[in-house]
Amino acid sequence: MLNVSLKELSSLLAEKKISSVELVQTFLQRIGELNPVLNAFVTLDTEKSLAQARAADALIAAGKATPLTGIPIAQKDIFCARGWRTTCGSKMLSNFVSPYDAHVIEQFNRAGAVNLGKTNMDEFAMGSSNETSFFGPVKNPWGTSTVPGGSSGGSATAVAARLAPAATGSDTGGSIRQPAALTGITGIKPTYGTVSRYGMIAFASSLDQGGPMAKSAEDCALLLNVMAGFDSRDSTSLARDKEDYARDLARPLQGLKIGLPREYFATGLSAGVARAVEAALAEYRRLGAETVEISLPNTRLSIPVYYVLAPAEASSNLARYDGVRYGYRAPQYGDLTDMYQKTRAQGFGPEVKRRIMIGTYVLSAGYYDAYYIKAQKLRRLIARDFAQAFRQCDVIMGPTSPTTAFKLGEKSDDPVSMYLSDIYTIAVNLAGLPGMSVPCGFGDDGLPVGLQIVGNYFAEARMLNAAHQYQLATDWHRRAPPGF
Amino acid sequence: MSLTLDDVKRIAHLACIEVGESEAQGYLSQLSSILGLVEEMQAVNTDGIEPMAHAQDVVLRLREDAVSETDRRADYLALAPQVEAGLYLVPKVIE
Repeated sequence: MLNVSLKELSSLLAEKKISSVELVQTFLQRIGELNPVLNAFVTLDTEKSLAQARAADALIAAGKATPLTGIPIAQKDIFCARGWRTTCGSKMLSNFVSPYDAHVIEQFNRAGAVNLGKTNMDEFAMGSSNETSFFGPVKNPWGTSTVPGGSSGGSATAVAARLAPAATGSDTGGSIRQPAALTGITGIKPTYGTVSRYGMIAFASSLDQGGPMAKSAEDCALLLNVMAGFDSRDSTSLARDKEDYARDLARPLQGLKIGLPREYFATGLSAGVARAVEAALAEYRRLGAETVEISLPNTRLSIPVYYVLAPAEASSNLARYDGVRYGYRAPQYGDLTDMYQKTRAQGFGPEVKRRIMIGTYVLSAGYYDAYYIKAQKLRRLIARDFAQAFRQCDVIMGPTSPTTAFKLGEKSDDPVSMYLSDIYTIAVNLAGLPGMSVPCGFGDDGLPVGLQIVGNYFAEARMLNAAHQYQLATDWHRRAPPGF
Repeated sequence: MSLTLDDVKRIAHLACIEVGESEAQGYLSQLSSILGLVEEMQAVNTDGIEPMAHAQDVVLRLREDAVSETDRRADYLALAPQVEAGLYLVPKVIE
């Protein structure tokens, strides 16, 4: 039950070999046993989950099931779900019970899926280790003294430790792919505009994108089929025909051209990660793909550009937390300004405050051109690098993260060293391209390594195909952490 | 570009975040090191490059000027820290 695919779970439900209620109870029981150690979930609501499961069982009995009907999904606590506490990992929203559903939640509800609970995350999705959460760090089941990555660390640990069959995440600079890599699961950040941001609490709106996290590419394709789709309430949602992301899974890899950016295999990449990624590329060549060296010359600029643009957008987005309409308000204050300042000083954690302040600074009079506009110009150069590269290849591959999971506390006092761990993922968000991470082995320390696959705009089906064919030939994605 | 303690206080004021004297010292070094990282951008010539605000070149959609939301005033007011007579309460702003 814990290790089967979504497709298999769907069959078991359809054949009435198990009910959705039993399935949900199984996972809730496992969460009850293991969450005190892992801290992957911040909110559970057994009543609500079981009510959805009963409704799903009724749909199945009536022959009205769709592929995800009755399947429990762990929801990152960045997605507003009506009647559920939705905190975004922050004290600021620790008392916020959402009055509405995010589009992603609506889509899962419509599909008859069950909300299994809300997963822990870095505060407002700002972090790469899950240590900035108001609710405490999440542990990586592959080594509970190591981080699961972030910001979707709760979702990653939930799937890796088999506390949930699948989960959702969001990715602004690598927040789906890096935790997927560090916990040995599969995750995809779709092309910007594919999954509606409505009800997904905003961090950096020109970069934020929701996506699935699961045990395999095939599972991710089924989840993305539900999550994707036009939504008029997100002004950047793309009006495109609905597509089946699983349509190309069976396609052979003969003739697939894989670009290897030389900048992704340079200094800073740990030896163990390099070895696992090289072995994966050898497997791809064995499967009929061809590899070509490419260059993404502006890669190193992606971190400075990101740490101007994302904080700038965040400082604007997070201005809404003022203690007036919802969320936390300081218990004691003088005048209105004092109320705002104390509310925000107490409601936000240190990393969020740092980023708001950086964003405020780069947008302030006299610095706007030198920082914000400069970064936007460089963003175009970074996007052009990819456009150039995709003339020579179908997909780009390389490591997702330069290292395996690092120790809890190792980087939490040094923001800049934490930022550098996202060197391979950030540029993909700046360009708005789809990117995914697929487990491809283990480092010298025995911790999982992720292979990153980057596609051209709207190439998700081809990427999922490349990942699925690799997963048919290898079993890295089937490995569960010992003891879980 | 190095920051001063006064810069940090000014930024915190603009960001509406109360920062105490000892905290300001910590932010000074952290924000300075982040800006040091960002400084690398200045070495690249970007003359004639159009700034890129968004991943997709989309234009804002227009919609019919029709009611699309239902009245959920009570639900939303229930979330506020302090309300009275259907209004959000804040400290007095006009003397």
